[in-house]
Amino acid sequence: MNKYLKEQVLRSSGANVLKCMRCGKCSATCPSYDEMEYHPHQFVYMVEKGDIETLMKSESIYKCLTCFACVDRCPRGVEPAKVVEAVRLAAERQQGGDRLVPTDIPELLDDELPQQAIVTAFRKYTK
Amino acid sequence: MQRIGVFVCHCGTNIAATVDVKAVAEALSHEPGVVVSQDYQYMCSESGQNLVKDAIKEHKLTGIVICSCSPRMHENTFRKAAAAAGLNPYLVEIANVREQCSWIHKDIATATDKAVILGKAAVAKVHLNAPLTSMESPVVKRALVIGGGIAGIQTALDIAEAGFDVDIVEKQPTIGGKMAQIDKTFPTLDCAACILTPKMVEAAQNEKIHIHSFSEVTDVKGFVGNFTVTIKKKARYVDETKCTGCGLCTEKCPMKKVPNEFNMGLDNRTAIYIPFAQAVPKVATIDPNYCLMMKTGKCGVCSKMCSVGAIDYKQQDQLIEEKYGAIVVATGFNPIKLDKFDEFAYSHSPDVVTSLELERLMNAAGPNGGTLLRPSDKKHPHTIVFVQCVGSRCDDEKGKPYCSKICCMYTAKHAMLIREKYPDTEVYVFYIDVRTPGKNFDEFYRRAVEQYNVHYIKGMVGKVTPKSDGQLDVQASDLLANEQLHINADMVVLAAAIEPDKTARPLATMLTTQMDTNDFFTEAHPKLRPVESATAGIFLSGACQGPKDIPETVAQASAAAAKAIGLLCKNSITCNPCVAQSDELMCNGCSSCEKVCPYGAITYTDKEFRMPDRTTAIRRVASVNPAVCQGCGACTVACPSGAMDLKGFSNSQIMAEVDAICK
Repeated sequence: MNKYLKEQVLRSSGANVLKCMRCGKCSATCPSYDEMEYHPHQFVYMVEKGDIETLMKSESIYKCLTCFACVDRCPRGVEPAKVVEAVRLAAERQQGGDRLVPTDIPELLDDELPQQAIVTAFRKYTK
Repeated sequence: MQRIGVFVCHCGTNIAATVDVKAVAEALSHEPGVVVSQDYQYMCSESGQNLVKDAIKEHKLTGIVICSCSPRMHENTFRKAAAAAGLNPYLVEIANVREQCSWIHKDIATATDKAVILGKAAVAKVHLNAPLTSMESPVVKRALVIGGGIAGIQTALDIAEAGFDVDIVEKQPTIGGKMAQIDKTFPTLDCAACILTPKMVEAAQNEKIHIHSFSEVTDVKGFVGNFTVTIKKKARYVDETKCTGCGLCTEKCPMKKVPNEFNMGLDNRTAIYIPFAQAVPKVATIDPNYCLMMKTGKCGVCSKMCSVGAIDYKQQDQLIEEKYGAIVVATGFNPIKLDKFDEFAYSHSPDVVTSLELERLMNAAGPNGGTLLRPSDKKHPHTIVFVQCVGSRCDDEKGKPYCSKICCMYTAKHAMLIREKYPDTEVYVFYIDVRTPGKNFDEFYRRAVEQYNVHYIKGMVGKVTPKSDGQLDVQASDLLANEQLHINADMVVLAAAIEPDKTARPLATMLTTQMDTNDFFTEAHPKLRPVESATAGIFLSGACQGPKDIPETVAQASAAAAKAIGLLCKNSITCNPCVAQSDELMCNGCSSCEKVCPYGAITYTDKEFRMPDRTTAIRRVASVNPAVCQGCGACTVACPSGAMDLKGFSNSQIMAEVDAICK
């Protein structure tokens, strides 16, 4: 239980994880479900427990598409995608936490990939 | 000279833990007129009341101030105690130092200060209290039940049984309500119609019960024991007194494409119709929106067919006025609309149905004659997915914040009935929690799992996608296995949340009763007065007060009947003497009070007055009917000349309280 991290995630997400009634509709609706080690409902529950470091180490934080289907369908207004995003931010804000560094970009470039995608990824995966 | 007694209650630790009760008693003992001031652990107890009674006699008290809980709780208790000791009960004042003081403050010093101030205000008021005497008002020995579902029917039967006349007003062409649409009932699985229709017939045949079907309440006036209600009997274009319910007209009607609301629009009916075979009253009704004769003037088949000449295309709505002593509200519920839940594809696929639609699909009198078939292709479904809590327990504007209570049980019932009748059909139930409190209820649910092998999966359905092969892809989470599932289903059944009927809110306004934010009627006390509304003479029966299953509804219906009978048994009731009165010499006849009076208690009369110069003049002045006035005080605020005053809460008394608080 990392109280400081929990508070940071709760504050930056603006979500109230205590509203969750554990129905699992977020995970039922998630298109990235199979890609994720921890699923949206687990993010909500683990943040409530304060088990945030485990989530920060997981690849799951980069698998969320931020499509907000879970936010739209959550019957309790918990906003799981914002919780995932807040955990991702917590990971990236650590020293050397950037998922993407500028020197990696030339290698990623190909003609098919829209530049917009790189800009978006850069914004999403760095502090 | 006033002799006032002050009594400060500890309420155990409810008050005493936050308010220094001894200090309050001491402070108030120095107030003018106070001759005795003491504290006691439980003022409401018998010994506490005796303390008051003894003090009245010993100190010859002329007024009493009790610093205790809310007057809504124990004002009556202390008024009775005062009366028993020979003091007029309206010389008792309550200072609410519990709800308005100890319960809302944490700091003892502030709470004590506030308690003293509230006590001083009460002392200042009691100085000006005058002895009041209650009047008696007669009780009309007839009850009105609004809504003719199982709740209304049971209430009416019980009131009739006690020997009182009772009218049922039902907006549909037949009584029966939702229970008439249900196939089987949990937890016994007996057929709903088999137990309901005998009660409907009993109600129709009971000479004390008068059914106004296809009717609505449009106006309510008056007060407990003496309500005047206007009922609109909607034109059904068939003479109820002549129609024999033979049904020939419904067979011959050429307009056969009208969505059948009794079968939830799953099949069609004719423009002239009888909702179902056991309808009460069994009388045909013409739907003017579809009737060819009424729309085009060409047809008249039903009129030609009717051997008794009951058809009357020119019939008009009819208003009738009736007097009642008691009113029971039994307006019931409806499933919510699911247009905000696109993810379940309810509006995209006919094979996604609500639970009430499934009841009709499985009912022998339903669109498929009791054989469960997929609505889209009328084929036998092999996989059925049930989704629980659709719109219930929602914290957003899409649904309702409460648990609809009945869905867990009826879904277990549906699952079991399907597995019993079609063992080759796999049934999945997605649940968040299975809530089955009730006699034999959890055993019933366990039977679905253990005996009928219904697959209960802890999780929720996220998305239902109709596929090109006609099946439905159900994407859901299985929380215990921690996996996302895809189920190929033939049908999906949604347990839609239930909400109060839309007619409830305007009715509550007419009855001046309270509702909660979900439009359920509010009971007078959530634990101790569950079937009475806060408005005297208005009682609550069934799901209009909150989600309920049939056994609970029937129990509450009988309880509401018992309360109504208790009122009807009295020849007269004691009226609240705290009513408005107009000082005719000050009244300028402006009608402000008449306009704001919600009870219609104020009338204007022309009266002859002697003027200072010994002439006489006719002036228009207000007068209050004390039997109708409920003492709300609206008129006293509206009166520009200060002529209107409320007994027991006079302007001077209120000002004395304010002065005491501000001192």
